[in-house]
Amino acid sequence: MSVLELHQVSRWYGNVVAVNGISMTVGPGVTGLLGPNGAGKSTVIHMMGGFLAPSSGGVTLDGARIWKNPDVYRHIGLVPERESAYDFLTGWQFTLAMAKLHKLPQPGAAAQRALALVEMEPAKDRVIGTYSKGMKQRIKMASALVHDPPVLLLDEPFNGMDPRQRLQLMDLIRRMAAEGRTVLFSSHILEEVERLASHIEVMVAGRHAASGDFRAIRRLMTDRPHVFIVRSADDRRLASAIIADGSARSVQLSEGGLRVEAVDFRRFTWLLPQLAHKENVRLWEVSPADESLESVFSYLVAS
Amino acid sequence: MNATIAYITFRGMLGRRRALLLFMLPAVLLLLAVALRITGNNDLNISTIVLQRFALTTLLPLLALIAGTGVIAPEIDDGQIMYILTKPIPRPVILLTKLAVAIALVVAFAVVPTLVAGLILTGGTAGLAAGFTVGTLVGGVAYCAVFVVLAVASRNAVTIGLLYALVWETLIGNFAPGARSLSIQQWSLSVTDAVSSASTVTSEVAFGLAAVLLVVVSVLGATLAAVRLRTLSVASAE
Repeated sequence: MSVLELHQVSRWYGNVVAVNGISMTVGPGVTGLLGPNGAGKSTVIHMMGGFLAPSSGGVTLDGARIWKNPDVYRHIGLVPERESAYDFLTGWQFTLAMAKLHKLPQPGAAAQRALALVEMEPAKDRVIGTYSKGMKQRIKMASALVHDPPVLLLDEPFNGMDPRQRLQLMDLIRRMAAEGRTVLFSSHILEEVERLASHIEVMVAGRHAASGDFRAIRRLMTDRPHVFIVRSADDRRLASAIIADGSARSVQLSEGGLRVEAVDFRRFTWLLPQLAHKENVRLWEVSPADESLESVFSYLVAS
Repeated sequence: MNATIAYITFRGMLGRRRALLLFMLPAVLLLLAVALRITGNNDLNISTIVLQRFALTTLLPLLALIAGTGVIAPEIDDGQIMYILTKPIPRPVILLTKLAVAIALVVAFAVVPTLVAGLILTGGTAGLAAGFTVGTLVGGVAYCAVFVVLAVASRNAVTIGLLYALVWETLIGNFAPGARSLSIQQWSLSVTDAVSSASTVTSEVAFGLAAVLLVVVSVLGATLAAVRLRTLSVASAE
């Protein structure tokens, strides 16, 4: 049982605040750190990995301070975001070197085991520089797993992977968690986090926006007011019908069509076709206007 | 010292394209020595000029710059240093290993070639070869320490190192004699002067002072680099 804890952690660079007063506790199982690019996810992972001092607050692993404490690396395996490993070494040489750096009693056996875990044995004698993105990610995983750490930190592990590699890695991460490890990975893609993590921490613009079970977060994200752009044969008539119904907070009439701010996502999407049918107005286009992740996140922060 | 870190560092240094430079510079020195010997232009005066101007003042700082920054700067730039830093190894051990590799490379590609070139040119005369060998050795250690600390402290280590070696030591040192007392080159020359009895070698810094300064710079450089590595923040990909 290993628990990572962030207590009122902030990190700033000059007068730019990257992480702002975050507290979270990460325990066994898979935790997804979700947020748009630039939200401060990497900064948090770097602080958890001991690469960055928190400007204020504390980052601990089972109560022990992480910053300036190389001994914590006996318990942490870190997979950095950057693709480059030692490209001139073979997968085997790299993994073995990592095992030796950990001063493991049987580095050869440990390297063998780690390579088997990520299913990289067939390619272990090839130079890392010739690996595909997915293979590089797996060899990095092997290097992080070589000392069998109870805590695994992965920074954007799915970046640049094709769907098959993605599934393989998800499988591997699930296995790691099933063995009782504490696994934290960052991602800016909701679907990835949803499929993998039982627990989600959401970060937006350096702040801790939400925390909890993925269903709760999903609900938070869909229960917000949605903005739709609607084009139809008779925008004016449709607008008055929508207003009369009361499921929209505002309706704006413009050249490009109607801009409708719906209060209730489900009710509005169910209602709109019926209204159009009743009023005999032909719908040409209904499109969500603010489905970008950033707008979803900024809603979470505002609420 | 850590054998695994040393192994990775050697592999990295000798596998890169810049390794060609490591081989080329000493090769030019040796070719020059052989050519001078064959043509009979190897009196003490010319030999001193070659060993001082080419080996000590040019070859040594350039190689130390390539080796001193090369053992750690590319790893910091590309983020691979994370794989070493995320191990339960005290940071000073990591730093000292990197420094030792840099010094070993300088010995192999600058000090030994200087010795061989000296022997080709003058044999054992006046202890010239021995003098320059010792001089490049102690100078090489000091240069490596300085360039390693630069590499850990700044992303522009190569530029700053070049500015120091070329502009400060060579250019300013030529015009402003005062600058010479603050230059690894002159301290190394002072050591060379002390070992060799050749009258063609002259230095401006007293041997005692030079020796002390060399030790201080080497130790200070290594210590500062180790301290800096302890708090090295690895920037993210962006």
